[in-house]
Amino acid sequence: MGKRDYSLFGADAKRAVESGLTAAEWYHSDLPRKAMKDLMARSDGPAIRDTVLLYGLMIVFAAVGIALWPTWWSVPFWLAYGVLYGSASDSRWHECSHGTAFRTPWMNNMVYEVASFMIMRNSATWRWSHARHHSETYFVGRDPEIAVMRPPEMLKLVLNFFGILDVLKFFPNLIRNALAGPTASEKTYVPQSEWGKVRRVAQIHLALYAASVVLALALGSILPLMVIGLPRLYGAWHHVMTGLLQHGGLADNVIDHRLNSRTVYMNPVSRFIYWNMNYHVEHHMFPMVPYHALPRLHEAIKADLPAPNRSIADAFREMWQALKRQLANEDYFLKRELPASAKPYREDFHQYVPGIMAPNAAE
Amino acid sequence: MPWIDACAIDDIDEEDLIRFDHGGATYAIYHGVDGRFYATAGLCTHENVHLCDGLVMDFTIECPKHNGQFDYRTGEAKRAPVCVSLRTFPVKVEGDRILIDVQ
Ligand code: FES
Repeated sequence: MGKRDYSLFGADAKRAVESGLTAAEWYHSDLPRKAMKDLMARSDGPAIRDTVLLYGLMIVFAAVGIALWPTWWSVPFWLAYGVLYGSASDSRWHECSHGTAFRTPWMNNMVYEVASFMIMRNSATWRWSHARHHSETYFVGRDPEIAVMRPPEMLKLVLNFFGILDVLKFFPNLIRNALAGPTASEKTYVPQSEWGKVRRVAQIHLALYAASVVLALALGSILPLMVIGLPRLYGAWHHVMTGLLQHGGLADNVIDHRLNSRTVYMNPVSRFIYWNMNYHVEHHMFPMVPYHALPRLHEAIKADLPAPNRSIADAFREMWQALKRQLANEDYFLKRELPASAKPYREDFHQYVPGIMAPNAAE
Repeated sequence: MPWIDACAIDDIDEEDLIRFDHGGATYAIYHGVDGRFYATAGLCTHENVHLCDGLVMDFTIECPKHNGQFDYRTGEAKRAPVCVSLRTFPVKVEGDRILIDVQ
């Protein structure tokens, strides 16, 4: 395949449609309907508990940070607040966009809107980009949420640990959305009926940021921005760290999530921040299963999946090797071994569709 | 009226659904929380995914692909990313059989 064209209007986007890749059916592990229904069951309890804990901790950390401001003693509290604001909001945004966090719709919607603001995403746009990410996960030119493009741009990856590129992209886009609605590429996945909402949401976000800046200027202090806005930079590292592991170094243009997604065992703090999205193969295969049931889903289907990475460090080591190889050879991807109990990878499409991927690129 | 024998009432658990294919089309038949049976088109209006793998909650069917939701009594699209409502079909029960009018 060689040089990839990630533009949503580019040659690879066209080829993915023409080859039938976008219409192909994804592989799913077998699971009896009854077990699946149990796993999909919704409840409010776990997410209410986690949400109260999350926002409670944020209030405490911010209050102590403000009280100790501007001494160095405030730093650990800002770091803790920042990671909850700039990283936990990503997983809350994600789970609530699926509508699986709570059983009660208004609770999902409320947390979704708050989290979208904190993670600097237009709530009316990103719902749709994420739907595309699930239909066409890592299809070059079709998936608008590809975190690691090939060849990997290492400097960009590093800068994004501090949210720098995301934020630099966010504000001009926010202003464009507030003035004129969605951009041309956003219009490829946001239905026309939602374009007005994209604009209204952008106007609200813009007003909130403008008010924070005005308050900071009036007080002659960046303190208001330490609470709103800046934590998206100084607290982004955890969601970038976990987000890169989701698909980094793995296959693109495949219809088997075992080939393009990664499950990683993580410590309980990271799992709270990340809301169990470390079970990423499972999440992509069965997006109906709420975050709190993913460990059970993992147990139910792990015999059909490649072995999970043992830790964040282990997964990074593995991904880093693959990214280094992709610098030299864009077609390289890491193909992990399946256990003997698993069904073979569904890679016919991957191997034989002309122009999509040369056979034997994987090792 | 082309009433078609689709399945037995015991074939569908309460608050669940099954897929029924007939004449080249696919349908979803529901056993509602009110004990009644309902039928809709079997494919999601967003991306043609079979609804039979989805989740029935109260009077809602949630699509397994992107969690779009419909009211299966009326077909009304209730939650993004679905915008277009589902077609519904009349259902009747005769003895222990469920019949749907697929016209
Ligand atoms: S295919 Fe049903 S919601 Fe997308």
